[in-house]
Formats: sequence, structure tokens, C-alpha cells
Amino acid sequence: MSATDTQAGANSLRSGPDGRGRFGIFGGRFVAETLMPLLLELDAAYRAAQADPEFQRELDFYLKDYVGRPSPLWLARRMTEQLGGAKIYMKREELNHTGSHKLNNVMGQILLARRMGRTRIVAETGAGQHGVATATVCALFGMKCAIYMGATDVERQKPNVFRMRLLGAEVIPVTAGAGTLKDAMNEAMRDWVTNVHDTYFLVGTVAGPHPYPQMVRDFQSVIGVETREQIMAAEGRLPDAIVAAIGGGSNAMGIFHPFLDDLEVKLIGVEAAGCGLDSGRTAASIERGKPGVLHGNRTYLLQDEDGQITEAHSISAGLDYPGVGPEHSWLSDIGRAEYVGATDQEALDAFQLCTRTEGIIPALESAHAIAYAAKLAPTMGKDQIIVVNISGRGDKDIFTVAEHLGVKL
Amino acid sequence: MSRIARRFATLRAQGRGALIPYVEACDPDYDTALAILRGMPAAGADLIEVGVPFSDPSADGPTIQKAALRGLKGGSTMKRVLEMVSTFRKDDDETPIILMGYTNPIEAYGPERFCTDAKAAGVDGLIVVDMPPEEADLLAGPAAAAGLDIIRLVAPTTPDARLPIVFNGASGFVYYVSITGVTGTRTASTDELAAALPRLRKATDLPIAIGFGIRTPELAANAVSVADAAVVASALLNTLEGTLDADGKATATTVPAVLEQLRALADAVHAVSKTGSK
Repeated sequence: MSATDTQAGANSLRSGPDGRGRFGIFGGRFVAETLMPLLLELDAAYRAAQADPEFQRELDFYLKDYVGRPSPLWLARRMTEQLGGAKIYMKREELNHTGSHKLNNVMGQILLARRMGRTRIVAETGAGQHGVATATVCALFGMKCAIYMGATDVERQKPNVFRMRLLGAEVIPVTAGAGTLKDAMNEAMRDWVTNVHDTYFLVGTVAGPHPYPQMVRDFQSVIGVETREQIMAAEGRLPDAIVAAIGGGSNAMGIFHPFLDDLEVKLIGVEAAGCGLDSGRTAASIERGKPGVLHGNRTYLLQDEDGQITEAHSISAGLDYPGVGPEHSWLSDIGRAEYVGATDQEALDAFQLCTRTEGIIPALESAHAIAYAAKLAPTMGKDQIIVVNISGRGDKDIFTVAEHLGVKL
Repeated sequence: MSRIARRFATLRAQGRGALIPYVEACDPDYDTALAILRGMPAAGADLIEVGVPFSDPSADGPTIQKAALRGLKGGSTMKRVLEMVSTFRKDDDETPIILMGYTNPIEAYGPERFCTDAKAAGVDGLIVVDMPPEEADLLAGPAAAAGLDIIRLVAPTTPDARLPIVFNGASGFVYYVSITGVTGTRTASTDELAAALPRLRKATDLPIAIGFGIRTPELAANAVSVADAAVVASALLNTLEGTLDADGKATATTVPAVLEQLRALADAVHAVSKTGSK
């Protein structure tokens, strides 16, 4: 990816956000005044980095030799045969160092933080994938690192907590609220407000105040840029559909963005429906939420009539968030992308399907995307193509899956 | 003249600084919060901030966070918050009331309807923690139409060049967040305050209140010696929390304990002579 890949003409769907950091009515910068000057500084620093070929060269170097890019695009033959419909390709982000797409963004932001002279990194994490990626680059560059993680998630993602600590990060369990990603985000913001002088807030998804949704999207767009080249090489044409899981939505935004202007490519985001879209225990912010303001941006949020944010539920800690990136909210409203749900059970089934047919153990997050692709493929012709983003590997989830399968490890 | 402007004019004429205490709506229940609110003027409150509970108060420290959650558990909704203010107004038509909260509950209520209803309830000003001037257009029109002051926050990180942006559209008074950090944690030093105030005075004629980290009568007095008002929130909420029973319910000591602490803070603030100062 180069910085120019993410820039487009004014009539392009890829030109957002506007000068105020908005995608339509979504996005913006709803933060305490203490943070506003920091966000303006970050915006300026990011623009300068984008315009500096040296920054891109440095990022490309680390993406290739440290992250392990490009990641392969794999034709899932056995799954395709079993489902009996469209050809399913898998974008293998789980093969990145640290096991997920998270490192693409984290590598970009840590290089930016270094340029800005920051010495301490603070981050929030749900499943721990972003936390592990952040702790990894902090180890690589010798930066201090504090990771906020909901106490519930600390419990259900023990291996990742141990990894972060091995990498030298301080993992701070957050007991407020339900002890999940939303609460970790609040706590990370409090830390940042307190330590603005030396601390960089390394946001893990395409949410938060401007310029984070744009910046994270740009760094993740490497997924879509590669996918485009790879599918052209393999099939000589673009895919009919791209399917990706959505929590905050960074892996989805990364693979969608380079295709936004290719209207013949259907873009499908799969939210975590939890126990069912209408069960009251869901994390499907676009499908069951309303526009509102949380964590610095306006976006679809799970909330009650009085504007209080409600707890999300998903079997996957990485999707267990009551909001979504503002660009997704906009893409949904204008109808460019379609948002659907997959339940906990559907994700568990897809987890096993992928593992048994392809020998790839996907993250529970990614299993939501696979679940929908498995529903979609049989409805399509054998000459059609679906690309599923396998955003992460499932090693971290085997304990959760075992428990649901009634297996004691 | 608005209630806030009138109150600051009176204080200036008397050569006094203002104490602005904070009460969280419905914390731990509607009646207790209302009793505290009603008792505040007699205990020495010059203006009052009423906190609107929000589930995710990410700029607040643990004390206000807990108070907000207690308020929500105590049945707080925007409607109840406004009802509390209008009940207060039946006995007190002078003490300015400022609602402090976050954007989302206002957005959910509907900004125009919110401003109209807030004004009708007797609210004078609004502090919306996560609404910087760049996003203020959501409320600016409806607030101006209703005659509500928008109180702007200024932080130590706000550079001089940004002050005109922050003060554009500001009215009532200016709230100086005296530390980088969340509410109720660190306290700004006398030197830090002495350095900060002149740069604000140069940029605005509005009265300046100092908040965040003011815990004791001495700190409150110190704040009004350089500014026009001191805001005290977490210290009062800590006191309230300390009086609750094991189930988090109010006890007979809850209201008196908060008001007694408020009285001590007010006495210290009012002992500072501001004659000759701006």
C-alpha cells in the first residue's frame, strides 16, 4: 500500500472523511477539551507522514519483513465443494505476525507515535489481539506500554494476557461496567487525558475521534489493496462479494475500502448477533442500534431510549462492543455496504467447518464472517466468487470453543 | 440578564468569589439528590452544577463515574433530571443551575426539545463534557433560542491560539479544567493556577471557574483567590458515598453530611476578599 492508494477524487466513495472528520452525519471529534489540541496535533502529524515518502518506505519495510506481508489469498477448495456454490477465497490475515490483522494498523501508528516524539503507549483491547499487537511493537521499539482490558475479557482471554505481559506490557484489568471492551475504552481514554504530555493513544479499530477512523482504515487498507491484486491475478476479475466480521470494524474497513468504488462488488459486514438479533443479548450495533455519540464519535450504538449505552454481548470478545466505526454507519445508511448478523452458535459451527475443511483454525471473530459466507455461497453460482477476510487465528479461542462443546481441556 | 450573569454581577459587587458545588441527579435516589440540591443555597452554594448521569463518563474519574452509575440505578432519566430542577425552582428563583453531562443523552432526547424543556424547568446553563467547540453546532442554535448559556471548558493543553475558538459562542462563565486528567484526582498547584489565569483573562471577559481536584476549603479558597469561582464535585460525592449503607441506600446522615461539608467550603470561599480584582 502507498498513502496515495487511499486517496481518491471528490466524487469517490473513498474520499471521506470531510475536514471535520465526518462521514455523512457520522464521525467527528466528541472529546473533552483536554484532548482536542492533541487530536489536532495528531491529524497534522498524520497528514505530514502521509505526504512523506520516507514514512511509507519505513512502513513498507516493517510490513514486509516483520509483519510478513503480503498475506496469501487462499482458494478454500474443500469448503467450496462442500457448500456447493460460489468459490470461496480466504484472505489470510491470521498469518500475520501475532496472528491477526491488528498488526497492520499498530505498525503504522507506532511509527507515527515515534515521529511525534511520544515515549509511552496506551491502548484498549477486547479479545487481546490488538493488545498483543501493541505490546509487540512496543517491545520492538522499546516503548512503555499500558493495555486496558475488561476484567471479563482478562478472564476469557488468558493466553493473550500472558502474552502481553511476556512482551513487557502492563495489563490493567477494568472492573467497571461489564468489564468488556467498552469499559476498557473508557479507561484508556482516562489514562490518555491524564498523561497527554508523553502518551500516545493507540486505537485498535476504525472508531474513536477523528483522525483515528481514517488513520486506522488507511493502515488496514493494505488488506484490500493486496486482495485486489491477488484476485485479479488468480481469476482475472474482481470478486462478487467480500465478507468480513465487524466489531469496531477495522478488518472489514481495511478490505472494503479499496473496493468502495467498484459497485459490482458486494460488501457485507457481519456483526455479532450474539444470542440472536432480537434476543437483547447482541453486539449488532448497526442492525439493532441507533445513531449516537460515544468514545469520541457519532455512530450506530446499542443504547436505550434515554441515550444510555447498553452492554453488548458476543461469544467473541473482539466483537463485544456496543458501537461500530463511523464509516461503516455511513456505508450502511447510503446502502453501499450491507450489514448482517451471525449468532454465537453460527460462529461456533463455522469455526468447526473452517477448521475441518481447510485446516485453518479461525478466530471466533472471523468465524462470524465465515458463517455468513457459508450461508451465501450455496445461493450463488459456481462461477461466482466470495472473498472472506480471515482476520485472525483462533488459537486464543480454543478454551471458549472447548467450553461450548463441553470439552474439558 | 441571565441568572448566571446576574449572580456573578452581584458577587463582583460584593467583592466575593463563588462556590459551585455539584450534585449528581438521582444519586443514590431522586429524593435524596433533591434534598441535597434544595439545601445547597442555604449552605452557601452560589451556583449549582447538576450532573446528568451517563453510562460512560469517560472524562470523569472513579468518584463521578460511581455517582453516575448510582444515579442511573436510582432511576435517573433526562426527564427526571429536569423534573428535579423544576421542583427546586418552586422555592428558589435566584440560584443558577447548570447541567453537566455528555452529548448522547441530549442527542437521544433531541437537542431542540432538550433546550426548550431545560429552560422551562429552570436550567440556566449547560456544560457538555464531550462537546468541544468544533462539534458545538448541535446545541448552539437551540441553546441560543432557548436562552441557555453554553459554558465552555478550557484545559491546560489548550494553546493560546485556540482560546478564541473555544470562547467563540461561550457565555455564562468559563470552566477551567485545572489539570490534565480526570475529575477528582490531582490538584493544580498555586503556581500552575497563577500562570494559567492571566492567559485566560486576556482572552475573555467572562467569569472564570476552576474545577477538577478541589477537595478542601483551603484549595477552594486558593482557587477563588485567582479565579471567580471554585467547582467542587468529587469531594462532596465521596462524602455522600461514605454515608450510604451496605446496599448503597441513603441514610439519615447523607444529606446533612454533604451540606455540612459544603458549608465549610463556602465559608472558606466567601472569606476571600475579591475587592479590587476584576
